[in-house]
Amino acid sequence: MRTLSALILRELKALFYSPIAYVVLCLVLALSGLNFYLIVSAFSAGPTPVTVVEAFFNTGAFWFSFFAIFPLITMRLYAEEFRAGTYELLQTAPVRDWQIVVAKFTGAYLFFLMLWLPTALYFGLYRWIAREQASPALGNYFGTYVLLAMMGAFFVSIGCLASVLTKNQVIAAILSFVAVAVIFNFSILGFVVPNLSPGIRRVLSYFSSVEHMYEFNRGILSTGPVIYYLSGAFLLQYLTHAVLQYRRWKL
Amino acid sequence: MIEVEQLTKRYAGHTAVDDLSFTVARGEVVGFLGPNGAGKTTTMRILSCFLPATSGAARVAGFDVFSQSLEVRRRVGYMPENTPLYGDLRVEEFLTYRAALRGLDAARTRRRLGDVLELCSLRHMSRRIIGHLSKGYRQRVGLADALLHEPELLILDEPTIGLDPGQIREVRELINRLGGKHTVLLSSHILPEVEAACSRVIIINRGRIAASGTPAELVRRSSASDVLRVELGADQTEAAAALREIAGVSEVTAAGVVDGWVSFTVRVGAEADPREAIFQLATTRGWKLRELSRRTPSLEEVFVDIIHADHR
Repeated sequence: MRTLSALILRELKALFYSPIAYVVLCLVLALSGLNFYLIVSAFSAGPTPVTVVEAFFNTGAFWFSFFAIFPLITMRLYAEEFRAGTYELLQTAPVRDWQIVVAKFTGAYLFFLMLWLPTALYFGLYRWIAREQASPALGNYFGTYVLLAMMGAFFVSIGCLASVLTKNQVIAAILSFVAVAVIFNFSILGFVVPNLSPGIRRVLSYFSSVEHMYEFNRGILSTGPVIYYLSGAFLLQYLTHAVLQYRRWKL
Repeated sequence: MIEVEQLTKRYAGHTAVDDLSFTVARGEVVGFLGPNGAGKTTTMRILSCFLPATSGAARVAGFDVFSQSLEVRRRVGYMPENTPLYGDLRVEEFLTYRAALRGLDAARTRRRLGDVLELCSLRHMSRRIIGHLSKGYRQRVGLADALLHEPELLILDEPTIGLDPGQIREVRELINRLGGKHTVLLSSHILPEVEAACSRVIIINRGRIAASGTPAELVRRSSASDVLRVELGADQTEAAAALREIAGVSEVTAAGVVDGWVSFTVRVGAEADPREAIFQLATTRGWKLRELSRRTPSLEEVFVDIIHADHR
């Protein structure tokens, strides 16, 4: 346990000792601030059919900032250690591979969760100033943040796998960016391609983060996305561990 | 402490370590010598559990490096070539992190941190960021890291590469102080350093052991030591013929005549020492004798000689 917490602390330090953490924080804060401003402006113009929370998590600005961060916060996880040779230090210390995998994931994941804390403040602020709830039920907030956390686990895991495959951070970033973009496009496809057969549409909607968000925003906790994101994250971490083991024994 | 049996490591297309066997006893300081690409780093990486061997076995303190790797890693302090370190951490911070990975508790970490900072003359640098340190200091941080958990075995890959002569001496003295308490396996191609620090030398070439023994033994065994220098006040052809007659002499070459003195290089068979016979010859013939010496080659010459012989 001491080993694991030391490894996790090291990952968080590595993020905050490099400019990446601050670049990502600025990006997310700027985009979500702008997003919130535009939504509140639109709401003050007249009645709308959706709540502030629903609107906030369904704009382009939100989805862009959401998907742009994963390559940035995960690309260095393994690639940098392979490149700098510090992986040799890690691998010759009495540390198990699964501890490394768990620590690297947890470090990046905690940072991801940190990024969305300010949004809770926005909704509090809205309530204080507008004297109106950002969303009528507590379940809506709960659903939204649970989904954010689950999607984060899944997409951070994609980044972990991309990073463990190469010693070049840029390649790791491109790999995870492409993977994240392809998965996100499943969400769009259902809307932009006309005349899709209902079967394909159903499959696409199963993978569609946008549709998941739409459901969870309203406090509907459906099991499909829960299984999809959590089992996906688990599978990806398992593969990351397998690649690490392969590197150790086959290099 | 180390037992290596028929260790082989093959990469696609070439064999880095070829059927290597050797043992190192507890408390020994062993120098690993060899030209670049001889398999030194590969062997050390296998012993420190960084690389798996293709075949053969290696044990450290009785634990197999493959199947009981965690036990081995607890007992080994390894300093890799070029000392990779986390450049974004401070010296103290890095060492504390490494201590936690090795499972040292807070009290022991504090005590050992003080010890290794002292031992590696790093105390005044403990708050510096590693990325800003000079090569010499980085090397010391690597060494401090390897020593942190009081390992039974220290594996140091090129510990003095890139250091200035003063720093090399410091590291050598440090290694001398460690011997006895720790078992040390170090690689280097700076031969005087190995001669000074190691109780035993293993010379490897093309993945195999070319020679092994104490530095003195290697020098004695080397064919580079089978050469005498003789300087006589005599006729060159007559003296050369007479020298060739002496038992044990295999080859006589005249190196030149200066002011009536002829100097010869006399190659003798292994274990033969005809110096007394040459002196006798000179006195019976009435020749003047000005020099009669057996050259003691440096470890460097021995090394070159062994590697050359191995390639022939």
